[in-house]
Amino acid sequence: MELNGGSVVAMVGKNCVAIASDLRLGNQALTVATNFEKVFPVTDRIYLGLPGLATDVATLRERFRYRVNMYTIKEEREIEPETFAHLVSSTLYEKRFGPYFIEPVVAGLTSPERGSKPFIAATDLIGCLNFAKDFVVCGTASSKLFGVAEGLWEPDLEPDELFETISQTLLNAVDRDAFSGWGAIVHVITPEKVVTRTLKGRMD
Amino acid sequence: MSMHSFVARFSSSAADPLSLSLQSRNATQADDEDAGIPIELWGSQAGFGSLASQGGHSFAVPKVPNPAEFLRMHTDEHEGKIKIQHGTTCLAFRFKGGVIVAVDSRASAGSYIASGTVKKVLEINKYLLGTMAGGGADCQYWETYLGIQCRLHELRNGERMSVAAASKYLANLVYGYKGMGLSMATMICGWDKSGPAVYYVDSDGTRMKGDVFSVGSGSTFAYGVLDQGYKWDLSDEEAQELGRRSIYAAGHRDAYTGNTVNLYHVRENGWEFINNYDISKLHYEGPGGITSEGYGYSVRTAEQTSRSAENDAMQEVEGDLV
Repeated sequence: MELNGGSVVAMVGKNCVAIASDLRLGNQALTVATNFEKVFPVTDRIYLGLPGLATDVATLRERFRYRVNMYTIKEEREIEPETFAHLVSSTLYEKRFGPYFIEPVVAGLTSPERGSKPFIAATDLIGCLNFAKDFVVCGTASSKLFGVAEGLWEPDLEPDELFETISQTLLNAVDRDAFSGWGAIVHVITPEKVVTRTLKGRMD
Repeated sequence: MSMHSFVARFSSSAADPLSLSLQSRNATQADDEDAGIPIELWGSQAGFGSLASQGGHSFAVPKVPNPAEFLRMHTDEHEGKIKIQHGTTCLAFRFKGGVIVAVDSRASAGSYIASGTVKKVLEINKYLLGTMAGGGADCQYWETYLGIQCRLHELRNGERMSVAAASKYLANLVYGYKGMGLSMATMICGWDKSGPAVYYVDSDGTRMKGDVFSVGSGSTFAYGVLDQGYKWDLSDEEAQELGRRSIYAAGHRDAYTGNTVNLYHVRENGWEFINNYDISKLHYEGPGGITSEGYGYSVRTAEQTSRSAENDAMQEVEGDLV
């Protein structure tokens, strides 16, 4: 985790979810890049955050793309976020004795047929699922993110309020973490659209 | 008055100063480090009381035959970590107009940023500055103590202690504790009869005179900027800008360096605190004054890189769902 640094947070709002990550890529204390995104779209309404070892970010991103494509072809429908979370979990547990150094975060909305309900989940590096009803945090700033999120989050936030809450949570938490920060990116997912914003953050 | 009374008290022979003799440990003073301080002196000397009344230091040491070896086993030096503790960048350089001293203000404990407002320049007296890297307590305590000794020297001899003498006093002092876990890497900077002077002193006992020094986890980044822009004939403004930019560079690239820059300038009539600068503000806006541009390279490379505009400002991408 502390080799490349990076953090991800996801939050539930009223009929919406948000997921955000920092933009740092480091080699221990050395900051190598400040445009390294760790959150990727899985479907139009599911996003996956992959904080952790950078090489595994790239590997898992491709691996999940492959597995989701196979699922879509076989089932002839888009994967549900909860199903995808289980797919993430079992993919990680396959490597139980030589794990990927990633703590994935899933954020999305269920399909319209199932009510477009908000869903977030996180797992540890070997796939232990944590279905939270409020927020999930992962990465080197996770302990700081817990503290700030615990103080700022409240139920039933509208998309714009949720954006403000998750942005403030991430930005303030990473300012207390040496290995995360250098800018941030936030995705707010609503039934109608996904809004992606790049944030200015402290550059030290 | 011997500054090595500490060593003398616990040594069995002069040749083996750090081995603790069993006899001396039986003495009451070894068990009670406050023994011998007159009651009226209590609490009146800002923690240096024991030095004033006993004429030397008296720190409690582990009650084992060889405290130095014991401490080596039980302090982080054993893991090969400590040294110049991760978490700082300090620089100082000599030039035509005096000495520039610049430091960051971050204190970290592992990945946690414990503080962003640390004062890492220690104002020893009106003419002497010391920088802080390594153990904060070690630097603070011993550089304050150095200030006391410099003042006593001035009182006794009617003239200020030179930077060379002050730095050598400190180097000899910490050498007496070698192997016992002291951790400090400092630059003693000032102006004396010989002009501007900078000395690097650390707890290994190293003492070096030089023109340009940078210390700490971000020192390599600072050196990069410093070496590129340094020359003796720098104007005061150029020199201050160089110091500030060097710490910014370290703050930007090094995870353990950041938050703010503290900038000092030492001239013939003593040091002056120039200002405190937020490193993130330097990145986006610059220091104001002579440079109005931000230090961040995105300012200079705007529209030229593959993702230029994206990171410059808050950008919105809206995608419609199917």
